[in-house]
Amino acid sequence: MDPEPKKPEDSPSNSANSHTPVQPPSPFPDEVLEKVLSFIDSHKDRSSVSLVRKDWYNAERWTRSKLFIGNCYSVSPEIVARRFPRIKSITLKGKPRFSDFNMLPRDWGANVHSWLVMFAKVYPFLEELRLKRMTVTDESLELLAKSFSGFKSLSLSSCDGFTDIGLKAIASHCRNLTELDIQDSVTEDVGGGWLSCFPENFASLEVLNFASLNSEVSFDDLERLVSRCKSLRVLKVNESITLDQLQRLLVHAPQLLELGTGSFLQELTPRQYEDIESAFSNCKNLQILSGLWEANSLYLPVLYGACAGLTFLNLSDAPLQSGEFAKLLAHCPNLRRLWVVDTVEDKGLEAVGSSCPLLEELRVFPADPYDRHHRDGVTELGFLAVSRGCRNLHYVLYFCRRMTNAAVVTIVQNCPDFTHFRLCIMTPGQPDYLTNDPMDEAFAAVVKTCTKLKRLSVSGLLTDLTFEFIGKYAKNLETLSVAFAGNSDWGMQCVLEGCPKLRKLEIRDSPFGNAALLSGLKKYEMMRSLWMSDCNVTMKGCRLLAREMPRLNVEVIMDEESDESQADKVYVYRSVAGPRRDAPPFVLTL
Amino acid sequence: MELVMAHESDLNLKATELRLGLPGSDECEKMFSSAKNNKRASPEMAEESSGSKGSSDVKSVEHETAPAPKAQIVGWPPVKSYRKNNLQQNKTEGDQSGMFVKVSMDGAPYLRKIDLKLYNGYSELLKALETMFKLTYREGYKGSEYAPAYEDKDGDLMLVGDVPWDMFMSSCKRLRIMKGAEARGLGGAFNPVFFFFFIYMVGALRCAFAENK
Repeated sequence: MDPEPKKPEDSPSNSANSHTPVQPPSPFPDEVLEKVLSFIDSHKDRSSVSLVRKDWYNAERWTRSKLFIGNCYSVSPEIVARRFPRIKSITLKGKPRFSDFNMLPRDWGANVHSWLVMFAKVYPFLEELRLKRMTVTDESLELLAKSFSGFKSLSLSSCDGFTDIGLKAIASHCRNLTELDIQDSVTEDVGGGWLSCFPENFASLEVLNFASLNSEVSFDDLERLVSRCKSLRVLKVNESITLDQLQRLLVHAPQLLELGTGSFLQELTPRQYEDIESAFSNCKNLQILSGLWEANSLYLPVLYGACAGLTFLNLSDAPLQSGEFAKLLAHCPNLRRLWVVDTVEDKGLEAVGSSCPLLEELRVFPADPYDRHHRDGVTELGFLAVSRGCRNLHYVLYFCRRMTNAAVVTIVQNCPDFTHFRLCIMTPGQPDYLTNDPMDEAFAAVVKTCTKLKRLSVSGLLTDLTFEFIGKYAKNLETLSVAFAGNSDWGMQCVLEGCPKLRKLEIRDSPFGNAALLSGLKKYEMMRSLWMSDCNVTMKGCRLLAREMPRLNVEVIMDEESDESQADKVYVYRSVAGPRRDAPPFVLTL
Repeated sequence: MELVMAHESDLNLKATELRLGLPGSDECEKMFSSAKNNKRASPEMAEESSGSKGSSDVKSVEHETAPAPKAQIVGWPPVKSYRKNNLQQNKTEGDQSGMFVKVSMDGAPYLRKIDLKLYNGYSELLKALETMFKLTYREGYKGSEYAPAYEDKDGDLMLVGDVPWDMFMSSCKRLRIMKGAEARGLGGAFNPVFFFFFIYMVGALRCAFAENK
């Protein structure tokens, strides 16, 4: 069920006209209903609750304090303000996911400012804001800092548009801040001066993550901040922090649950080595570890004392070789989640299979995505080894240069509980390297065997058959990503006509055209969004879709060089707010 | 109009000491290989990715001369740009991460990013830019000139090709493909585009002579 606020007039309990049968009085007084509903947290459940009857709708809207908006353009600030009077926490997501891979022009949109202006007016008690893939300017951060006296928690994931200035405003004005979490910042050159703007008596921070910001911060100010904040449980510093500086931070904060180190490459004296080793050993509560830039076999051992309780090890910034990786893993028997770079190769993954029996999630990133250095990376053998040793595996993201159908069939037999299966064979349209067959059989096995599958990314040489299987078997599938795959419209039609729970469909460089696009007419209103780029869709097809489905926004992103009849980038999503009012000139709403 | 650049003058002008490239760099062969041979996706690529079109930036690897640096498909593999730039080669291998600079073209909504380390000299760089922005691709092009310029460490806008390649690599902060009247203005009193076209022709003639000996 869609978690986003539905159009009020859709709700059967909210019809304003006189044809509705008079509803029998509720057996509960409003206060009781509201009290009961205040225990319901999940936005999906709340959405269901609101559709039962009119008084439930009202009780729900008065008691909702957390708002989740998966697509900022599906609804408008005004509609939200009218419906929900008492919001304390908001999660807002903006750009389509392919913007992470530079497929969206700059200034496409998803600017948070108009939302903040409304929040400042209507929700003065706002405490938490979590943004993903949105543009956040310094002006917005300043507005945020000054408008909400009780503001506690700011999380910016894959956001852009801000600089040091905006962060300074947050640090200076948010007296009650407990969380500042900046992940995967796309903004370059954000200076480091903001860290020094926390007031001297400010001590409420529990979460501080600036790992993805490049610039140096004042270490002295950081050290003082960390030693003041006794409740600090998450600290992720950036690469500018050295090993011996890290040691001093750890001495102040041995209670940390999550640590992101700075650079792990430094010539240490024996004394310094001992000190940092002992500092790590004192971190008895560490569950999550990341950072480790430039870590190598010389200094990795200082970590060993902190690894016994580790449940999540993120080595995606530390390309290790198999030997040093295996030695580290031997100290981490409780790992549930592991992110690595493919420099560990198949041999390293064999070590995963043997050392991490409790593993549930594995992500393997490519050190050399553009194949400049012709490395081996990982292959089907490494994946097989992990599947044999880690039977609880349910989430995988795997970048590789070769794969076979047989391997994938075996892998899902070993691990039938996959909920997220994201396989990226890096050369587009590459067949099974042993048999030269398409990879259809592999993904057929995935969808047939893994009945709980919610998210799937396909790759390699794929015919329409793959999509027939997906449509037929993937009953729980919510997100599907397709690239360089399929033969004809039929493939996409199979998916749109099957997959009852499909919410997000993103397709690039595949031969699906207007017939395929239009076959999903009824489906798109039940989905969050559809993205199609460099397929065979034309403007004519998009216009037809827009005409038939007025409650969908059908947007075409124009490319300067493209033929005017082709629709190179199409983004379709349901919305109760109508067409975007802030669309730049290269975004055409049909 | 074809992109004509200063670098062409480093061919065979050693005698007149107007060299603009590295000593010993032989650009002669590359100059004569067709600059237009890799604008469309090659047949193999077209079969594999049958849905993609020219504008999707899928390019073939050049066949005639030594392999040109493999051009990237936009957004593929799907690795976040933040993560891409942070992934460094293991230090023990002696490799270093790329030298990425942004490239803008006047009038285009997107910028691109290229790794200068992929190219051995101006001619490779220029060819890659031609491919990337399809500058010689368009037929009905109105004949306006292009001039690749770059911003150096001091923030000044310079014409690409004036300094030796190594010096360019270390001082170039970003590239900008200028077009029209602005391009003509660069370089001052005379039109550098025509000047360098002249140098190119001289170089071409000299090369032809050298081959015929």
